Amino acid sequence: MKHVLDELERRRDEARLGGGLKRIEAQHNRGKLTARERIDLLMDENSFEEFDMYIEHRCTDFGMEKQKTPGDGVVTGWGTINGRVVYVFAKDFTVFGGSLSETHAKKITKIQDMALQNRAPIIGLFDAGGARIQEGVAALGGYGEVFLRNVLSSGVIPQISVIMGPCAGGDVYSPAMTDFIFMVKDTSYMFVTGPDVVKTVTNETVTAEELGGAKVHTSKSSIADNAYENDVEVLLQMRRLMDFLPSNNQAGVPKLPTQDSPDRTDKSLDTLIPDNPNKPYDIKELIHKVVDEGDFFEIQPSFAKNIVVGFGRMEGHTVGIVANQPLVLAGVLDSDASRKAARFVRFCDCFEIPIITFVDVPGFLPGTAQEYGGLIKHGAKLLFAYSEATVPKVTVITRKAYGGAYDVMSSKHIRADVNYAWPTAEIAVMGAKGAVEILYRSELGDPEKIAARIKEYQDRFANPFVAAERGYIDEVINPASTRRRLCRALNMLRNKRVENPWKKHDNIPL
Amino acid sequence: MFKKILIANRGEIACRVIKTARKMGIKTVAVYSDADRDALHVEMADEAVHIGPPAAAESYLIIEKIIAACKQTGAEAVHPGYGFLSEREAFPVELKKAGIVFIGPNPGAIAAMGDKIESKKAAAKAKVSTVPGHLGEISDGKHAVKIAEEIGYPVMIKASAGGGGKGMRIAYDRKECEEGFELARSEAKSSFGDDRIFIEKFIEQPRHIEIQVLGDKHGNVVYLGERECSIQRRNQKVIEEAPSPLLDEKTRRAMGEQAVALAKAVNYDSAGTVEFVAGQDKSFFFLEMNTRLQVEHPVTEMITGIDLVEQMIRVAAGEKLPFRQADIKLNGWAVESRIYAEDPYRNFLPSIGRLTKYRPPAETSVNGVTVRNDTGVFEGGEISMFYDPMIAKLVTHAATREAAIDAQAEALDAFYIDGIQHNVPFLTSLMQHPRWRSGNISTAFIKEVYPDGFAARAAAGDEMKVLSAVAATVDHQNNARRREITHQMSGRPVRFAKRRVVKIGDTVQLLEVSGGETASELFYVTLLGADDKPQETLEIVSGWSPGEPVWTGRVGGKQVTVQVRPILNGNNLAYRGVQAPVRVYTEREAALAALMPEKAAADMSKFLLCPMPGLVKALHVAEGAEVKAGDTLAVVEAMKMENVLRAERDGVVKKVNAKAGDSLAVDAVILEFA
Repeated sequence: MKHVLDELERRRDEARLGGGLKRIEAQHNRGKLTARERIDLLMDENSFEEFDMYIEHRCTDFGMEKQKTPGDGVVTGWGTINGRVVYVFAKDFTVFGGSLSETHAKKITKIQDMALQNRAPIIGLFDAGGARIQEGVAALGGYGEVFLRNVLSSGVIPQISVIMGPCAGGDVYSPAMTDFIFMVKDTSYMFVTGPDVVKTVTNETVTAEELGGAKVHTSKSSIADNAYENDVEVLLQMRRLMDFLPSNNQAGVPKLPTQDSPDRTDKSLDTLIPDNPNKPYDIKELIHKVVDEGDFFEIQPSFAKNIVVGFGRMEGHTVGIVANQPLVLAGVLDSDASRKAARFVRFCDCFEIPIITFVDVPGFLPGTAQEYGGLIKHGAKLLFAYSEATVPKVTVITRKAYGGAYDVMSSKHIRADVNYAWPTAEIAVMGAKGAVEILYRSELGDPEKIAARIKEYQDRFANPFVAAERGYIDEVINPASTRRRLCRALNMLRNKRVENPWKKHDNIPL
Repeated sequence: MFKKILIANRGEIACRVIKTARKMGIKTVAVYSDADRDALHVEMADEAVHIGPPAAAESYLIIEKIIAACKQTGAEAVHPGYGFLSEREAFPVELKKAGIVFIGPNPGAIAAMGDKIESKKAAAKAKVSTVPGHLGEISDGKHAVKIAEEIGYPVMIKASAGGGGKGMRIAYDRKECEEGFELARSEAKSSFGDDRIFIEKFIEQPRHIEIQVLGDKHGNVVYLGERECSIQRRNQKVIEEAPSPLLDEKTRRAMGEQAVALAKAVNYDSAGTVEFVAGQDKSFFFLEMNTRLQVEHPVTEMITGIDLVEQMIRVAAGEKLPFRQADIKLNGWAVESRIYAEDPYRNFLPSIGRLTKYRPPAETSVNGVTVRNDTGVFEGGEISMFYDPMIAKLVTHAATREAAIDAQAEALDAFYIDGIQHNVPFLTSLMQHPRWRSGNISTAFIKEVYPDGFAARAAAGDEMKVLSAVAATVDHQNNARRREITHQMSGRPVRFAKRRVVKIGDTVQLLEVSGGETASELFYVTLLGADDKPQETLEIVSGWSPGEPVWTGRVGGKQVTVQVRPILNGNNLAYRGVQAPVRVYTEREAALAALMPEKAAADMSKFLLCPMPGLVKALHVAEGAEVKAGDTLAVVEAMKMENVLRAERDGVVKKVNAKAGDSLAVDAVILEFA
């Protein structure tokens, strides 16, 4: 028996070495960790169980039959993060550059199938050179199998992709269909076609970093949801993120015990809104002061900063937060902000995460750039997402809620459950100045008259009570009591059940 | 006694006066400018009257507005606080005309002490020790030496017309005096066209010591001991204490009696302060008299047990002082730190903005140690550019100087401020400085101890242990909670490795955490050496729970207060002026983290950054302009101060990112160089 056990250990040791010590060292020299090291960081200590570590490819072309490494360039299996089951696959750059073969794809789809069947999140760690060219169409077939499962799992289990090295060609579409993509600064990049092809086709000279580095994807393309300094930082943050996410679309949000009292009030919020209506303030201060322990996991912090989205907890339960950010472009809704928030709202709705919305929005951004860019349909995405969402929705208007943007930002009219306003709220078709300029065009030559008209309009509409008189606002609350109010409202809504009419699926304006 | 008084001031001193008035059952009236609409003093007062726009010259400094506010509210008397109208002779005069009592000295006393030359003359007349010197014409070097020898070396030779250091010489002997005189004279002639020179005693390593006096309208004056305010930065007092570590009983009495003599000579009838400059040999010389309540008056209150504001109000109402000189006893030691909204890491540039967090230490009096915080701000309040950047005065009192300093350090460690930059790290660091603790100080202390400005201290000795232990405990408590998350696999409790690697800045400490399984249980942190052998086990009592900004508890039997600010995967810990990002890893995580490349900070030398939040007043260069080192690039105004930004080296302007009138945040890029 002993020799059989020895043989098992030998084969395990061989497989665990991946591409060998030299390649591991090379990986380290690039500032990157190996697939198994990454999994060690991601999972609870000793919780990872590897599957298929002995798998080898079956390719016989181009001399591949002589080059075989157990594992075939990807490490797969399952483990726990703070005791909760998570499936994982991690591309092993030290074996065939992590390239995808038919068998490599099979390993991934096996894990994807298990994750979906057993309703637990799946995390993919990407660091690979694309398709294994020697395998040709078999690799392409493998990609397709992975993509299909990404789609079938979408909205059932959370899928997260972490880009930790190259990710190009066919490799990019699997992450693209998952819920979140995170990148590592300086060592990762993503693109469909690399700099060489770009040069050949369009004659553009561009570096990999300029074409698809973390900076590009977090601030320009919005492909990535955030980027971190290095492998350790990103993986520890993934552990933090997983503590916010439900295991699947029916499990409900996890609860983390907290000593932060739901009744905690914060006097300083009473002075958050500046006296001058044109002066900005940081909406993140409100978020940090309202959620449990100030713990807020922001999604896409570098993109469309005029809207802030992310996860927090109230009384230990995860909530999604969407908030206009007056610090950036006065918190206006533009195409980017609408898309960013719409996707986040839909994620929350998929996974039964209640949504808190903080509103301070002067309207939609005017201009040819926005209109040509399709603002109508991008704006509609957010409207659509909020309208179809059946999770508990609680809204707080802190200051401006003007025009169509008022309707969009989780208003009563599109099924928000509880709508609060601070006494500083102004719910109106537009700002007083703009309204008066339209209503009293003939008096525009007389600044005195206009000033009086503006004041008149302001006195009438620059408050939350006109809306409250119609029941569009359920209650006007003290800013200091916002946390207590929100905790109570969310608690009251915990058993909310709403069903949309049966449909195959809706037709969101993509 | 008055039924209602008005406080013609703002900020902490207005709040301070209101507190005493309240205690005495007197109603209070606050005045406020537009910028102070939501200020603390307005909220604390029984009534408040708006007196105009933010600029002090259009509000707090206008006597008519104050008098109108008194009339409107029926206030019978006015306390001026310090600054603003407190030392304007016209103020009590006008108040008197309007039938309102001024809670301060009579106008004659203000006038007598308000003029520097007049006050020196009055002091000399009252036989107060003044700096020996010669104001008359000096004919030549020989004459200068003769005068210097009368005064005693070292002497300062100075141009009469001069300002700053121009034409100033210090002479330690005959030869230096003769040479110095000639040089000073020729420099004075060439610089100012006026070769008149005067000579006075030069005091080496001078100390600033002042005597608190208190008089009534019945001719009684007492002195309430001294305060030492030698810890100054650019003539701005930073730390004050009472008593002074320099003085002995004899000197104290001599200074006190001279101060009283001066006060009596000018019929002084309120709280006032006689300032002296003192040599390390306990010689002392009159500087000036301040005819108001001083900022640093609390240290005197702490050691005498006398409420100075109360006494000011009582004597203003005509009461006699309730004590005589023999009744005044000094008890223990008091130390005061001034908390300023200024960035210690950027040469103390002013900082303005919203106080997103403001959690001063609790005001307590336990086991003979008292913590007092005189403040005029609150969490969520705004530090505006219009007024003095001082936001609080933290005072501690204990039996001995050492105990008072320890208490001050502890209280400073607990003083949590976010949203603006502030000097707490500097103050708490200074509290640990051996030279400060030894009492061997002078007005040059800060310049000598921090010649290159202030930088965060590196942890030393026990501080490293404390930070490691606190970080491990924070991590352990966070983990213990995460273990309780719902939706776990059943029957498989999550265990966390007890061995942890604490990374503080660049140093690592291996340790083992035990205990703390239940909320009430003690923690033990065992520090392990490089050889894995236990070095020391510290018992930890943690009063912290996740999310709290300040960790308080005991580490190895010692009371410890550490500020905790979450960062990615760790916390920024602040303790005694040490600030460091701290991460707690498992051994595996630490080993892998060690493989991660060090990333160099972005090179910002090609950018001109805005050094403080402020308004761009002017841009002196355009894109493509060639600049030489020292050229003026831009002017940024903050807190009423124009800051000229100059080129550090030669270069060409590539891009201009701001224009005059822009409001910029700190570190905003103003210019880019090619």
